[in-house]
Amino acid sequence: MRVPFSWLRSYCDPGRPAQHVADRLTMAGDKLERLHRVGVGDVAAFVTGRVVDAERHPDADRLSVCKVDVGRGEPQTIVCGAPNVSAGQTVAVALPGAVMPDGSTLGEAKLRGVVSSGMILAEDEVGIGEDHLGIMVLDGDVPVGAPLAEHLPIADEVLELEVTPNRPDLMGVYGVARDLHAVTAAPLAEDPTEADAEPRGADSADEHISIEIDPEICLRFTARVFEDVKIGPSPLWLKQRLTAAGQRPISNVVDITNYVMLNTAQPLHAFDLDEVRGGGIVVRRAADGERMVTLDGTERAFTSEMALVCDAEGPSGIAGIMGGQVSEVSDKTTRVLMEAATWVGPNIMRTSKALGLRSEASARFEKQLHPEQAIRAQRLAARLMVDLCEARMVPSAVDMYPRPLAPRSVELRPERMAKLLGTVVPADEVHGILDRLGFEPRDDDGRVSVTVPPWRDSDVQREADLIEEVAHVYGLDKLPTTLPARRAAVGRLTPNQRLHRRVEDLLRDRGLGECIAYSFTSPRALERLRIADQPALRLENPLSEEQSVMRPLLLPGLLDAAHHNAAHGRPALALFESAHVYRPSGPLDRAGTGSPGGATPALERHHLAVLQTQALPGGWRSEPRPADFFSSRALVEAVLEAADIAWRPESAGQPFLHPGRAASVVAAADERDIGWVGELHPSVAAEWDLVGPVAGFEIDMDAVAELSEGAERVYSDVTSFPAVLQDIAVVVADETPAAAVLAAVRGGGGPLLAGVELFDVYRGEQVGEGEKSLALRLEFRARDRTLTDEEVASLRSAIEAGLAEIGGRLRG
Amino acid sequence: MADLAQLRTEAEAAVGAAGSAAELEELRVRYLGRKSELTQALRSIGELRPDERGPVGKQANEVRRALEGLLERRTAELDASELDQRLTEDHVDVTLPGDPPVPVGHLHLVSQIRRRMEDIFVGLGFSVVEGPEIEYEYYNFTALNHPPEHPARLPQDTFYLAEQVLLRTHTSPMQVRAMELKEPPIYIVVPGRVYRPDTPDATHVPMFHQLEGLAIDEDLTLADLQGTLLAFARQMFGEHTDVRLRPGYFPFTEPSVEVDVSCFRCGGTGYEGSERCPTCKGEGWIEILGSGMVDPNVLDYVVGSGYDKERVQGFAWGMGIERIAMLVYQVPDLRMLFDNDLRLLEQFGAGP
Repeated sequence: MRVPFSWLRSYCDPGRPAQHVADRLTMAGDKLERLHRVGVGDVAAFVTGRVVDAERHPDADRLSVCKVDVGRGEPQTIVCGAPNVSAGQTVAVALPGAVMPDGSTLGEAKLRGVVSSGMILAEDEVGIGEDHLGIMVLDGDVPVGAPLAEHLPIADEVLELEVTPNRPDLMGVYGVARDLHAVTAAPLAEDPTEADAEPRGADSADEHISIEIDPEICLRFTARVFEDVKIGPSPLWLKQRLTAAGQRPISNVVDITNYVMLNTAQPLHAFDLDEVRGGGIVVRRAADGERMVTLDGTERAFTSEMALVCDAEGPSGIAGIMGGQVSEVSDKTTRVLMEAATWVGPNIMRTSKALGLRSEASARFEKQLHPEQAIRAQRLAARLMVDLCEARMVPSAVDMYPRPLAPRSVELRPERMAKLLGTVVPADEVHGILDRLGFEPRDDDGRVSVTVPPWRDSDVQREADLIEEVAHVYGLDKLPTTLPARRAAVGRLTPNQRLHRRVEDLLRDRGLGECIAYSFTSPRALERLRIADQPALRLENPLSEEQSVMRPLLLPGLLDAAHHNAAHGRPALALFESAHVYRPSGPLDRAGTGSPGGATPALERHHLAVLQTQALPGGWRSEPRPADFFSSRALVEAVLEAADIAWRPESAGQPFLHPGRAASVVAAADERDIGWVGELHPSVAAEWDLVGPVAGFEIDMDAVAELSEGAERVYSDVTSFPAVLQDIAVVVADETPAAAVLAAVRGGGGPLLAGVELFDVYRGEQVGEGEKSLALRLEFRARDRTLTDEEVASLRSAIEAGLAEIGGRLRG
Repeated sequence: MADLAQLRTEAEAAVGAAGSAAELEELRVRYLGRKSELTQALRSIGELRPDERGPVGKQANEVRRALEGLLERRTAELDASELDQRLTEDHVDVTLPGDPPVPVGHLHLVSQIRRRMEDIFVGLGFSVVEGPEIEYEYYNFTALNHPPEHPARLPQDTFYLAEQVLLRTHTSPMQVRAMELKEPPIYIVVPGRVYRPDTPDATHVPMFHQLEGLAIDEDLTLADLQGTLLAFARQMFGEHTDVRLRPGYFPFTEPSVEVDVSCFRCGGTGYEGSERCPTCKGEGWIEILGSGMVDPNVLDYVVGSGYDKERVQGFAWGMGIERIAMLVYQVPDLRMLFDNDLRLLEQFGAGP
């Protein structure tokens, strides 16, 4: 909302500069976005003058050479291009040295051989309006040589305020003035909507027009009729106010509607009454598919939700948003129907959003105006119609207000306010603030009773709202700063949150970089991962197809990140992400209005995923190690060890993984499949332009957290009796998994075999074709004695027997 | 025998002057060998008078032990200095990098800031809770006092998956979920992802992170809110930071306040030298969050778990994690945070 400072000061003037006033308003809730300067740079070189003589320029038909008395001795010679300049006019003059609104400085100029010492001004040259067809002609009684700023608003400041949705009253200059009055206590001029115009004549408005409304979409419709209207330009003061506020002056009648809206927040619409077909207006819902050309020249189609203002032959405007071309006021208009209506805010907002059409009017109506404001705006508009258009106001108004709203009363308990704010606002302050805001406070047995003024009705309905009013105006800067007494609060991270941090730190400390990717992915990405057939959640209103599906796994985001970095010169990388993934858990739709009782609509799980193209970077004496199954498996081992979970890999694939180099991660405790680890299928990696091995894993951290709970450990004696260490080499068929060998060894060793570690895998001459040799370190230990050589030898025999069962034998 | 003393002096000087193991061996043979004067002397003791044998034998043995000790020490000295010399010659270029290189990775900028925030509020007595991102309209809007016609519910401002099911537009729905689960008092912060269908530009992306706060107790005041956020701001932005409450508007708080912190870049002056401070745009204050006293209507939705609006009251706030990250680290464009470009992410270190 652009508030011209001179306009604001005409209602409330605290006698302080604009910046100071803006700061006060900001701290009261009317936040200053920007402070603009409009008009000329410095008013000093702008004066009034009288054209003593105007003659055609000897060498230019369209120029006049004028002698202008500016009250400084000899008249100035000024060359003027305006067609309307003539001797005897009182005019606005810029003297050489004047700084114009665009920042340029006016010099003496030679125009076709004649030196011009100054400029006779048109409106646009001082930022008052846009008119450049002719010079401004001032009243004849304005003295010559006076500072121009005393007679014309040629320089101003504009406060651009951010208005919150609960304060439609601040969409009008007088509403801002009322807030300024409340915070500064500087006097407030009378509400410009109080006084009305004098009607003339013996007819009445309802003889000229009939109105019908649908009370579901129109809370009030008021109409006044004006005759003998003289259409013309608005006076300069009005043009300046509109221009400074960001509106283009058009003609007096249209300008009046805009001016009243900018002043009171109530939009109005002026019809050419002679163009209202059938002499009647009907407010109704649109038929589905009904069409109309709006004032901006666009044809628009409507739905049955939308409210239209119609005459006998069809729609003439979209209620509360924009008029149509049908009955627009024109130069020929002599009879005006002035409409001020109250619409249903949410309906206007929906229509405006659906049509993608926002106007100054809809911005106000959508915040819900009070029906009382409509008739108030009519009064101010009527006075201006009479004053500026010499119109006759037809007596009475048509006022359709089927369900009048009663004034609202609210009570405020001072002790409640003190308890909420943490400070006591003195009673006289409370009274003063509410009084200045127009709430008419009364003492009522220790409580403060107020009547909510219509312009605040949508926002102030309860005690809490009143407390907010008082607090905002009293000054939040007067609040003490305290900390909660906090009787029962102990802050800490949950075990699950600490687990997340631990595994994220672990990956970070192994050189991986954390990514945060969008939770959305594309159907195409799921196709490229070959999992398009798996269930996924789709947005109803995605921004794009690329972001239309909630990702069911983290992998696509990491692939996108790898692609991005590879394309920017970083093909070797190791990334991770720790975030939610989403799957349907059943039908999404939910009927019912009460609380879902803690239920969640979808299946959301917290996942941890890694993508590597490199296991370890190379150095000055070491080669880089590319990523492969085992580099990613090592990370899974580390993460699950940190979580204290026993697991095993099981050869099982995912559609996007290398069929020979991938496994699922299976929890030992309950056989649950908690994720995968492996190399990506080269064709899948190629879809993201990644060459060379790409490996990674993805595990369900919610499952990890559940499995990680409650693992209690107790001391185990490892110092009293020594362990016996022995290395063995086991020859098995190539296809026998290491896990089978280890299981056989453990089975044979029994409880006295305290540990087995695989430290080498050998294939070659020393073992047979199709065989491999696994080197194992065995640790034998008894808790209660030192093992004898005989005992160890018998354990080894048992191990050998176990190995024989899977076709293995000891080597050497 | 006077020549034994002389012999010792002479031998000690020779051993002290010896510069190599070979020289020392030569000296050992010369002074302690079978043919040496000393050995000869010891052997010929029997030829002496009985009363001379004792003192002479003792002196000769003393000299022998002294020379043996000296030779041993001198050998050790020479060994050590030879080792030192060898080691000195075996020096490496200590300015070369470690190998194999084991780099430390990094947490994402947003995670770093999120952890710092969580830790500050944990220190202030708040617990960290998290919740679903796919949410019911009830928790996201209705129970947060958004009337049915509130514009934020429109599909222009909210992603929907189905009727009444949406991507949460703020972390605030966890306020209601948490209060349904736990009776007052409650002190929680809620970090997490939130979603809005904003066309991406330098300050808008369709997904970002917030940190919500909620405190409900018997006697919490707006002054307590100010104190809590001041304590946070000083730990986050520096001990000289001030906060300022400004009137604001949110459907689920009343009174509502916007919270500004004094600019940590220019110290609140609005200027860096003669230039307007680019962080606070010359205002001296930076808006960092919206907050207020929890609206009684919100408490009415959870009255069943003990939130009687006449008996308990409290405050809530919500702040954008990216916004704070961008302010603190002077990142110019929000979109950069989700490109996962290592050239950007590696600038901010490993993280807390």
